[in-house]
Amino acid sequence: MSPFEYAPAPESRSIVDLQPSYGLFVDGEFTPGRGTPLTTVNPATEEVLSEIAVGTDADVDRAVRAARRAFTRVWGPMRPADRGKYLFRIARLLQERAREFAVLETLDNGKPITESRDVDVPLAAAHFFYHAGWADKLDHVGLGAAPRPHGVAGQVIPWNFPLMMLAWKVAPALAAGNTVVLKPAETTPLTALLFAEVCQQADLPPGVVNIVTGAGDTGRAVVEHPDVDKVAFTGSTEVGKQIARAVAGTSKVLTLELGGKAANIVFDDAPIDQAVEGIVRGIFFNQGHVCCAGSRLLVQESVHDEVIASLQRRIGTLRVGDPLDKNTDVGAINSAEQLARIRELVGIGEAEGAHPWQPAGELPDRGFWFKPTVFTDVSPAHRIARDEVFGPVLSVLTFRTPDEAVAKANNSTYGLSAGIWSEKGSRILSIANQLRAGVVWANTFNQFDPTSPFGGYKQSGYGREGGRLGLRAYLKES
Amino acid sequence: MLSVVSGMMTGVTPTGSTALDPAAPGAVAAPGAPRTLDAYADVTRSDAAFRAFLHGLPGVDQVGAEARAAQLGTRSIKTTAKAWAIDTAISMVDLTTLEGADTPGKVRALAAKARRPDATDPGCPPVAAVCVYGDLAGVATEALAGSGIHTAAVATAFPSGRASRAVKLADVRDAVANGADEIDMVIDRGAFLAGRYLDVFEEVVAVKEACGSAHLKVILETGELRTYDAVRRASWLAMLAGGDFIKTSTGKVSPAATLPVCLVMLEAVRDFRAATGVQIGVKPAGGIKTTKDAVKHLVMINEVVGPDWLSPDWFRFGASSLLNDLLLQRQKLRTGHYSGPDHVSVD
Repeated sequence: MSPFEYAPAPESRSIVDLQPSYGLFVDGEFTPGRGTPLTTVNPATEEVLSEIAVGTDADVDRAVRAARRAFTRVWGPMRPADRGKYLFRIARLLQERAREFAVLETLDNGKPITESRDVDVPLAAAHFFYHAGWADKLDHVGLGAAPRPHGVAGQVIPWNFPLMMLAWKVAPALAAGNTVVLKPAETTPLTALLFAEVCQQADLPPGVVNIVTGAGDTGRAVVEHPDVDKVAFTGSTEVGKQIARAVAGTSKVLTLELGGKAANIVFDDAPIDQAVEGIVRGIFFNQGHVCCAGSRLLVQESVHDEVIASLQRRIGTLRVGDPLDKNTDVGAINSAEQLARIRELVGIGEAEGAHPWQPAGELPDRGFWFKPTVFTDVSPAHRIARDEVFGPVLSVLTFRTPDEAVAKANNSTYGLSAGIWSEKGSRILSIANQLRAGVVWANTFNQFDPTSPFGGYKQSGYGREGGRLGLRAYLKES
Repeated sequence: MLSVVSGMMTGVTPTGSTALDPAAPGAVAAPGAPRTLDAYADVTRSDAAFRAFLHGLPGVDQVGAEARAAQLGTRSIKTTAKAWAIDTAISMVDLTTLEGADTPGKVRALAAKARRPDATDPGCPPVAAVCVYGDLAGVATEALAGSGIHTAAVATAFPSGRASRAVKLADVRDAVANGADEIDMVIDRGAFLAGRYLDVFEEVVAVKEACGSAHLKVILETGELRTYDAVRRASWLAMLAGGDFIKTSTGKVSPAATLPVCLVMLEAVRDFRAATGVQIGVKPAGGIKTTKDAVKHLVMINEVVGPDWLSPDWFRFGASSLLNDLLLQRQKLRTGHYSGPDHVSVD
């Protein structure tokens, strides 16, 4: 034991004004939903946080109509510079209320407060600032003069980065002149509803942003509504395929950002201590609930033992516990359902003969938790080397030569992201050119920036979010 | 089978957070490696062999190391943890005066403060050592007699190290003869940067011999080495040559101690112990002025090398103004309100 025990340092939750129930945000107002409400819980304690309205087909229709009206009468005709002003205002409000958003995100999602405080909320604000600047410069996105918005964008987002995914979707859509109907994930709707308050506070014209909460049926209604012009989805590959089928044959424009099974490649000339940090950040950041998580560690055989020993030592120093504690590194798994899926895949990994390792230590005995887990002796044939776990589970494979590293890295149905660790610049450039992944990080991992396009190859989806390419998805040539 | 606990409706809401495995940082990184210094006897057999060894150490990615140090700096240390950290930091201070204007009177005043840093509170721990130039080591030793506080003396043509080896060794012997039981030497940065690693190594070996039973701290002067790769190589050089501590800086060159430099040096002593079984101490010096800075260093020790280093035997702060800030923060915790600079003694 260390004599240096960190005393609890909890962020106060009093800044958050939780309502006992929330309605749908349609046409600038909170209105009841017609579906049977669902509850959202704090995954770290299983405490019920609030009751959430569920949007039916009729509710979604009302939202799309409001969005269409706003597009035709207000947002579409508005001077681009004025649209930019609204976005700047929203960005500033996100910053002003950053602590409130961070605490609420942590309560609803289970992620550590340091992550929501230092990553999610600042990046969400950054996306609004970035796109606010684009609003009156659309001539320069590369689609010729005066590109036009699609109209009404239907957007469905996941539970892993609730506010950040909202920002990635809403900010470019509004900057380009579209209006929005957004469905947050059923387990994490609260920050989207707080965002709705921000829209009111910013005096955003009614109907420009509509937020319809609910589960899969509500999402399907958004995607399939005939008056939606543009569909954007981030989530599982399975649901992505359903959406692609539903949209096929319509005039809707579609972007999909789906799963991943990223290779994080560590060469023998890597800066080992920093590579270990990158491996940890790659797979244990946000409890591994990251579509671009570095879930396949490809390590050169000659440094395998050294890297694994350092990695295990480092994992032992991760701090687990109350997500609101400012010293927590690993928070709660978002839902019982996700925990069950992680357990199932870990069980399969063991049955397949891979060798599991977990650090010593106790998990909280209430809520949904899973220890950081490392599988060694993983073969490319194992399911834990192929299927997305979406949890804190790392599969370690080895390679002998750069060619083998590339072959194994690309041997995946996914292609969202990858990492390369080497002190040799020429090797980094050469390997990066051969990897079929949308994002390749060199000597770092899981870094995000609104200027940088993000998206995948193969079953990781199509289209890009962020940067000029991401903005183009919300525009067409005039 | 894995034992995974979760989902049960028993138990209590978690308060605070705990490290999954507090013993983890002290674990041996490379299982099966020969844990003896003999395994490295060969690497110093020639200039070429030594260069190949030092350049074969894993590189340090600057961005990654600085990000990790910054991340550790965000730990929130409050209440009981803060009280423990402040007392521990006080006990690790090498209270230092290294001015041309130093006099026996100044050194005696510093020694009195070292014995009892806070005149209003006898519960305040003493510092680890008083650090002076070699000619005043005798004054310090006399003033510290019976206190258990060490006398550290800088030597080897401190701070530049630009003198012949004979002069440097004479400097060391003189300080030891004056009663210093800790010697803070500087490496020959000129030779190091010119790639004459074996020269630097042999000089440290010779100084260690001249120290006799005195503990040797080897100052790398990281502000002149500039890169983290060089810091890692110089750390290994100093440890292989027999240094008991590796120390960042003289305090006469800017930048002096920084968190990322300390991180790289802590990683070096961690890896060295894992490889040889020999534990080496670390002393950041210069530029650490506030309690907050000191606590960040203690967090870094705790999470990078583990609690084995959380003692004045293995970690020191080379500082002068730091002590007063620690005392002010200590008074604040004890009384609940801030006092002012007049409530602690001037040095």
